[in-house]
Amino acid sequence: MLEILRPDGSIVGEPPFSMDETKRLYGAMVSARTYDTKGTALQKQGRLATYASFEGQEAAQVGAIATLRHDDWLVATYRDAAAMWMQGYPWVNLFLGRTGDERGGSPPVGVNVLPPSITVGAHMIHAVGLGWAEAHQGRDRIAMTLFGDGATSEGDFHEAMNFAGVFGAPVVFLCQNNHYAISTPRHRQTASETIAQKADAYGIPGVQVDGNDLFAVATAAQEAVARARDGSGPTLIEAVTFRVGPHTTADDPSRYRDVSEETEWRGLDPIDRVQRYLESLGEWTPEWNDQLAESAAKEIEAAIAEAEAFDPLGPSEIFEAMFETPTPQLERQRSLLVGEPDG
Amino acid sequence: MAEQNLAQALTGALDHVLSTDPGTIVLGEDVGLTGGVFRVTDGLQAKHGPERVIDTPVAESGIVGAAFGMAIAGLRPIAEIQFLGFAYPAFDQVVSHISRIRNRSRHRFTAPLVIRIPYGAGIGAAEHHSESTEALFTHTPGLKVVIPATPADAAGLLLTAVADPDPVIFLEPIRSYRRLRGEVGDPPEPVAFGEAVLRQRGSDVTIISYGAMVPDVLEAAAQLGHTGTQADVIDLRTLVPLDIEAVLESVARTGRAVIVQEGHRTCGFAAELAASIQENALYLLEAPVARVTGWDTVVPLRRAEHHYVPSIGRIVAAVESTMRGV
Repeated sequence: MLEILRPDGSIVGEPPFSMDETKRLYGAMVSARTYDTKGTALQKQGRLATYASFEGQEAAQVGAIATLRHDDWLVATYRDAAAMWMQGYPWVNLFLGRTGDERGGSPPVGVNVLPPSITVGAHMIHAVGLGWAEAHQGRDRIAMTLFGDGATSEGDFHEAMNFAGVFGAPVVFLCQNNHYAISTPRHRQTASETIAQKADAYGIPGVQVDGNDLFAVATAAQEAVARARDGSGPTLIEAVTFRVGPHTTADDPSRYRDVSEETEWRGLDPIDRVQRYLESLGEWTPEWNDQLAESAAKEIEAAIAEAEAFDPLGPSEIFEAMFETPTPQLERQRSLLVGEPDG
Repeated sequence: MAEQNLAQALTGALDHVLSTDPGTIVLGEDVGLTGGVFRVTDGLQAKHGPERVIDTPVAESGIVGAAFGMAIAGLRPIAEIQFLGFAYPAFDQVVSHISRIRNRSRHRFTAPLVIRIPYGAGIGAAEHHSESTEALFTHTPGLKVVIPATPADAAGLLLTAVADPDPVIFLEPIRSYRRLRGEVGDPPEPVAFGEAVLRQRGSDVTIISYGAMVPDVLEAAAQLGHTGTQADVIDLRTLVPLDIEAVLESVARTGRAVIVQEGHRTCGFAAELAASIQENALYLLEAPVARVTGWDTVVPLRRAEHHYVPSIGRIVAAVESTMRGV
């Protein structure tokens, strides 16, 4: 397992980033944690639909996306808001989606991030098609897809990895092995010793990294992204991390795991260890951290306000995006719903 | 114009779109070197290259899911699934993602792709090779569902499908691939979606059908004509969008409707048509709307298949019953 930044903040080998970039990414993780904490809180107030926390997985998401180009594709899941935001998907869209509004799925033009996949597993092959199409059209954009350990049990994981291998598609598969798929532990998903080793069966490289280590994730991702971009094909990265929170706000982890497991992993927190690293080099101060936290809170609050200012879709609007032009059948149904004379 | 069978018409249409739109690609199992199990893609890989006519691993979800990503990234994929009974592994991709991405993203991302699937009974193959489960797709919001009956329509509707901004399920009648011949333009003339065609004009009864059943309906209508019953025969051509106006216009003239479909009876497309007819034209009807359908059985294997597929005799009997008002 690749490790660069130890939990105590010391380093083995080379950090993949300059100090400025490391500090920027630390700030990004603080923002992501702020969003995540807020997401859970807002759900408890009834202002969001079910919320899926990614607490503890910030390094895996931020570190991987930091290696992408701004126009690369990202195909991720409901637990990957940090990654999506890093790749340009606005906080307001993420909040809007979680309030239960399709317009959350419409990021600005130029942001090549698909709306989060809610079904588990089917989306990985979409990244294969995206990357494949970019290469087919002579462009060097690549595609990255994020998924969990549970998704590797889905048949579509096999089809995606297999297609990517056969066609040499420019794709990076990033598995966040967070040890639990709702209640099912990692060892009940697969008898494989690692998820990374599954890559062998598809003839592609697989690498396991400490997923709470910003530098290890980024180092592996840099190499995978470079391979994809230069036409050398796909890579599977297994980032070993932990979902310290519940599956979603509808879940109660005490039914299936000992709280000591969460405590142990909180001690391996990905943000804390970057803080220790920066602090050891005199690059972290409480004042700076407060500034980051304050600025993140402001940004998140503004996004919430913007998302909550949207009026819900009206009865007519629910018909408007089924096709480019609604069919006559949809127009008639729309008329029925809005109470106009049946066209 | 040249006389072609339905499979040749499709090959010509595919060749035309590959030749005129560099964004189109064809992908599926055995579509390249062998030209597909029904030879519909015959010669296309040799002409357009293995990068555009792509033999894939045996993985329907992978084919359709990859096509989805390709469409979002700007290509116009035309995926082939070998038989409708083999499409079910791809169904999740179709229902959960392809049909929804436009709505999920409020038009920001779209999936203009075509999934070509041979369907229907009549070639005596193994189980799973005879399905007519088009209603699974018509019941799914966000899909266009196209089922041509003639060579010219097959080619013309395929051109329209490839140009369409939304995902299209394109079901090809297996038993018509070589049985039906007809004039096809070169290049083919596009056929608009949502425009049914009157295959035969009559004033006594309206028979509504589509796809593989149309030739049998026309044969039944010819037999009925000899005994004095003149039928309007409507070929819907596309189920989504549906040209219900053409159906209602005809039923208003004839006062009688018989719907013929090969698919299973319960919740089949005929049920939707029957409901729409009674909602809009109940007081114009002289007889109950009749359905001639496959049964709620698995399609029987070759030796008993004829019990399942609506026969000309069953169609004639249903029309005669309708003419008696029962």
